[in-house]
Amino acid sequence: MKCAWTVVMGCGVWAAPFAFPQSLTLPRTVEAGSAFSIPSSGSGKATLYIVGLGQVLKREVDLGQTVSIAQGSLYSAGHYVTVLERESSAAESGSLDVVPAGTAADITFLARPSRLPVGIHGGITGAAYVFDSYHNLITKPTQISFELSSPKGTKQTRTVATRYGAAWTEMDSTEQQGADRFVARIGDVSSTRVIGQVPGDPCSLKMSAKPAGQQIQLQTDPVRDCSGNAVPDGTIVTFTETYNGGESTVDVPLKRGIAEVKMPSRPGARISVASGVVLGNEIRWEK
Amino acid sequence: MNKGRVLAVLLGGATILLITIGTLWPSKSARVYAGANGFLQSAATPEDAVRNLGEQLRQGAWQRAYDGLANKTQFTEQKFLYDLMGYYPNLRTYATVDKYDVRPLRSSATEAEVQLKIYWATVVGAEPDTRVLRVVKNGDQWQPEWPLEKQTVLPPQVIPVNYLRWDVIYRGAGDDWGAQDVEAPHVRIIDMHPVERASGVVILGELLNEDVVPAAVGVNATLLSKKDKSPIATEGSFDKISHLLLPKQVTPFLISFPNVSLSDVGSIRMTPMSNLVAASADPVIEIQDEKLNPVPDPSVTGQLTNQSGQIVNVAHVLGTFYDKSGNVVWVADQYIDQALLPQTPVPFNIPIPEDLARKVSTERTVVATYVAGGARG
Repeated sequence: MKCAWTVVMGCGVWAAPFAFPQSLTLPRTVEAGSAFSIPSSGSGKATLYIVGLGQVLKREVDLGQTVSIAQGSLYSAGHYVTVLERESSAAESGSLDVVPAGTAADITFLARPSRLPVGIHGGITGAAYVFDSYHNLITKPTQISFELSSPKGTKQTRTVATRYGAAWTEMDSTEQQGADRFVARIGDVSSTRVIGQVPGDPCSLKMSAKPAGQQIQLQTDPVRDCSGNAVPDGTIVTFTETYNGGESTVDVPLKRGIAEVKMPSRPGARISVASGVVLGNEIRWEK
Repeated sequence: MNKGRVLAVLLGGATILLITIGTLWPSKSARVYAGANGFLQSAATPEDAVRNLGEQLRQGAWQRAYDGLANKTQFTEQKFLYDLMGYYPNLRTYATVDKYDVRPLRSSATEAEVQLKIYWATVVGAEPDTRVLRVVKNGDQWQPEWPLEKQTVLPPQVIPVNYLRWDVIYRGAGDDWGAQDVEAPHVRIIDMHPVERASGVVILGELLNEDVVPAAVGVNATLLSKKDKSPIATEGSFDKISHLLLPKQVTPFLISFPNVSLSDVGSIRMTPMSNLVAASADPVIEIQDEKLNPVPDPSVTGQLTNQSGQIVNVAHVLGTFYDKSGNVVWVADQYIDQALLPQTPVPFNIPIPEDLARKVSTERTVVATYVAGGARG
């Protein structure tokens, strides 16, 4: 039913200018939500219809008086057909365009990804869509400022003009881990997203070994990425002990920045450490 | 008309005759299906006695199996059941005996040794359990003794565990369409290698979780035709992968395409999948004494030791085998059919196809674990 009404309205919007004499005096454009008036002539009663794809208004009119459309009544941007249906004579029609308000009231901001490693050039993208207070997309070019700031205060700023209501930009992830604030702003209106910058792959993974009874106590140095950020706890570090034709492996998660494990002590064994695709040092156990 | 009547009488008579024969002298299998004592026979030889025991286990007749043991006074029926199926919940808890094999090892006039191989039908396939039984002669009958294995019982204790756990809060249903959601983990295929086998094409490879959060992963592959690039088939890694990867963890994967020839394949489209899931870094499993055993019985063997305080109900061991150049040449796995108790080594044995064993230079083993009420890999 709703669909059929939309079709009828749609056909009406385009067909009406050809079906009725066009003699109504209408403003060519109206800003969304603003008040305006339509003068009428003659005498008697009539009904005024303002029909668009997003909205329909109906007003009872005393002919000869001006019809006032109050502020906030017509707010959905688009092309509208206006029809004045008289009781005793032919209908009059005309058309007008409702355009978005010039002032931005809302920004929809898409920032991707929400989490990425540090030091990625052009790794962060932001796309912003500008809307007026009635949620009409403002298609007039508007300057949007994008700003990415790290917890340590480093800032990257870009200013981009919207095109057909949208603007986008790219930013680099910084060298420091943490939650960055990514803000899109027009005047007093802004939208903020948080981008988690996480450490990259471990860099120069190093372990040491010491005897612990019948076993070897293996422990890595604090594991950091190449920018010096501590690799997060829970990251898997693999210790492998190779000896006369045999091998022992254990996947250990980092805890408080280091990985440690006890493995059987075997003289002549070679012990290596790795995390993901990063290899660390190797120890030959002679005791 | 007369001929038809004669034929009807003949068919009726033959039917009655066959029913009578079947009732008076039923076949062995018919007796089993009718609920008789199965394929049990007189225990006139050691093999027959063990075969009877195997049959009772297959039927789930635990009490009859226990009653028939020569050494039943040494343990209770409950302990016999724990020995068969484990004290803690594990892969055999919900399994049944599918079949069994009996093999005589040695025999004398009064006692014998017979091997009983029980094939448990578990949710992940057949899991064999081999026991060597001493069989003794009582009068004119033989009776098996059950080799009860000593069960490790954990002493009551408190083990403090402070490993990490990741929880996830996703965006809500009422959020604006532009609102952020948590990012899916970034995973990467770091090796991929198609191999032609007698059964078809097999794709081997390794997948890395390069993110800082845990990932539930899977890999799909689509074979594209050499002729017109049209898809031949799409398959997934199913259980030949560790489905949960902690940060920087690597899993092997194997994808089978039965009845496909590599010569028909022009290219392969790989699709790794990842989802952010709540997970725990616990339990940690140490793999000890790994050993590559050469032909004629090529395998990788070792022991799993649960370093945590949690009981691991099912462990899945995945082996990745590499040639001298470091290329993956095979991926194989084994499910452990007993629970991993803390600090208690449990052996594993992953067979390697004999024709590939000579190419294998090094291997890497990972363990995926499943804990009742949760999972982790």
